[in-house]
Amino acid sequence: MLNNVSARTQSSVSIRELSLSFGSVTVLENLNLDIHDGEFLVLLGSSGCGKSTLLNCIAGLLEPTEGQIFIKDKNVTWEEPKDRGIGMVFQSYALYPQMTVEKNLSFGLRVAKVPKDEIDRRVARASGILQIEPLLKRKPSELSGGQRQRVAIGRALVRDVDVFLFDEPLSNLDAKLRSELRVEIKRLHQALKNTMIYVTHDQIEALTLADRIAIMKSGVIQQLDDPVTIYNRPKNRFVAGFIGSPSMNFLTGELVDEGGHTVFKTNGVSFSLDGYDAYEPLKGGRKVILGVRPEHIKVDGDIAGGEVHEAVVDIEEPMGADNLLWLKHAGHVMSVRIGGARRYAVGAKVRLAFDMTMASLFDAGTEERI
Amino acid sequence: MDKSLTMPASGPVSRPGISAPAGSRLETGPQGKRPRKVLSSRNIIVYGALGLAAIYYLIPLYVMVVTSLKGMPEIRLGNIFSPPMEITFEPWVKAWAQACTGLNCDGLSRGFWNSVRITVPSVIVSIAIASVNGYALANWRFKGSEIFFTILIVGAFIPYQVMIYPIVIILREMGLYGTLYGLILVHSIFGMPIQTLLFRNYFVSLPEELFKAARIDGAGFWQIYFRIMLPMSLPIFVVSMILQTTGIWNDFLFGVVFTRPDTYPMTVQLNNIVNSVQGVKEYNVNMAATLLTGAVPLIVYFVSGRLFVRGIAAGAVKG
Repeated sequence: MLNNVSARTQSSVSIRELSLSFGSVTVLENLNLDIHDGEFLVLLGSSGCGKSTLLNCIAGLLEPTEGQIFIKDKNVTWEEPKDRGIGMVFQSYALYPQMTVEKNLSFGLRVAKVPKDEIDRRVARASGILQIEPLLKRKPSELSGGQRQRVAIGRALVRDVDVFLFDEPLSNLDAKLRSELRVEIKRLHQALKNTMIYVTHDQIEALTLADRIAIMKSGVIQQLDDPVTIYNRPKNRFVAGFIGSPSMNFLTGELVDEGGHTVFKTNGVSFSLDGYDAYEPLKGGRKVILGVRPEHIKVDGDIAGGEVHEAVVDIEEPMGADNLLWLKHAGHVMSVRIGGARRYAVGAKVRLAFDMTMASLFDAGTEERI
Repeated sequence: MDKSLTMPASGPVSRPGISAPAGSRLETGPQGKRPRKVLSSRNIIVYGALGLAAIYYLIPLYVMVVTSLKGMPEIRLGNIFSPPMEITFEPWVKAWAQACTGLNCDGLSRGFWNSVRITVPSVIVSIAIASVNGYALANWRFKGSEIFFTILIVGAFIPYQVMIYPIVIILREMGLYGTLYGLILVHSIFGMPIQTLLFRNYFVSLPEELFKAARIDGAGFWQIYFRIMLPMSLPIFVVSMILQTTGIWNDFLFGVVFTRPDTYPMTVQLNNIVNSVQGVKEYNVNMAATLLTGAVPLIVYFVSGRLFVRGIAAGAVKG
């Protein structure tokens, strides 16, 4: 994990050895994280992994048991939420139901006793950016889900904060609106260049929005990298299986030395590992898991060369743009993604080639990438 | 998804494969909503039982109203169900302004004003404190808040009788025994457990994220209470007000224990009028006095019944 001290000067949010437990339940454990200035960081994980808890700690809504939090190089561990220079957008929008949109936007400023003309100026600017001027006099109950979430973002915007915190902001919206607002949030980030920390369990949101993704599991960050690295070079089996839909194919087997090469062998079938970029020299006799994504297995006409396997079509799932084949090979069922126009009958024989430059090998014991 | 894969832009209705069978006219036979019999055995049982229950509760009220409107000669005839032959409001006037209890002969009016002076401050004080209690317990989970809450709830289950004598001593030491202030204090304290529970449960049912958002906006304990929570809590305030008003108005035990004859609440005075053993039993006056005493809770229910139901069903408040 990133832990060099020099990174602190350029980072916007720093989390140092943060732990949080409720009674005997440990939610976050010795967590370190540096978020650069202007970065869009996504905290990704399934429910209960501690991602929202971490965000609430950064916001100051939860007190950590141990550790420190820095925002703009200032230790804010004991600061009140309002003094941290953060704005937060919630999953349920959390708009004050009795106030108009305008009053919702200006509530924080009115509490802080900002002069009236300054409030008007900031509300006008925020509503201009988010295109919600026509809604200013309405109550939240008269708005659609997408409009409500826009107002919620506006509430963070008017307060001129350094860091935006998003807690699953799109989870309550329907699929179409979600993808629209996703683009808008990205556009907003490009325009404002603020630091944004975004919690989600949706990997599409994570991959499309993030500069870097932190994948969390049981209160620990499993991998912190840019989306491409996370997708192509997952650090362990959990990350590999969490990212990607359909999930990566995992074949358990072992490494075997054959004729000067180390190959992967499962159920008597051997796979050449030519092109695999290993962290350490591969040696025979080690139990491993080979992971290959559905789109990194080439079928019939796509095969450019190299080792060719033969498999049988078990199920075909046409998905429009893509066609997903479930194939039986070497005692495993694996999914393969091909073009939507190419169709196969169940039981048909197909030829396969595995792209080992894009594959992942994990130790069967530690499940770490090798 | 690719545009070409979606449905073709909606043109004429006759798309191949989706069109209705030729002619698309309805066939004979069942169609639309199924008719239901009004006099089904189910309806008869349900409405019959409801009707009986309603009559069972309404008959005593009917008897009281008609009796209170009769003169004494007519009552002596004995038919308590017959409507009054000659309507007179004399008993109501007498009950309100002339009936005697002990040395006082100014009717129930004295008790009524005593009850108002007891109920209004008790309701306001208890709701004001209980709502802040509930808000603090629901949103600001301070250290020991769970224990505090448990103690408060246990308080709701201790029988009143156990506490009466100690409270008499406490009020005496405080110099409040026999005064209206003493009774107001007692009512406020005894309402606290249930009222706090009521408010806490309501505030817990409000979305927690609203509270978080307000904190991030920089609002403090009182600002969140007054500017965010209060405006969303009208239903529960109404429920609480109804429960407290009717509870305190109908109280007899505390009234008779903690006040003196000239500060007796209406219920105690009603008892003294009805149970006076001197002279003739004036049934019409007694009935009128009883109706007058019960009028306040009745009016409260009628006026706020709709809000009451809404508040009881609260929790469905959308953020």
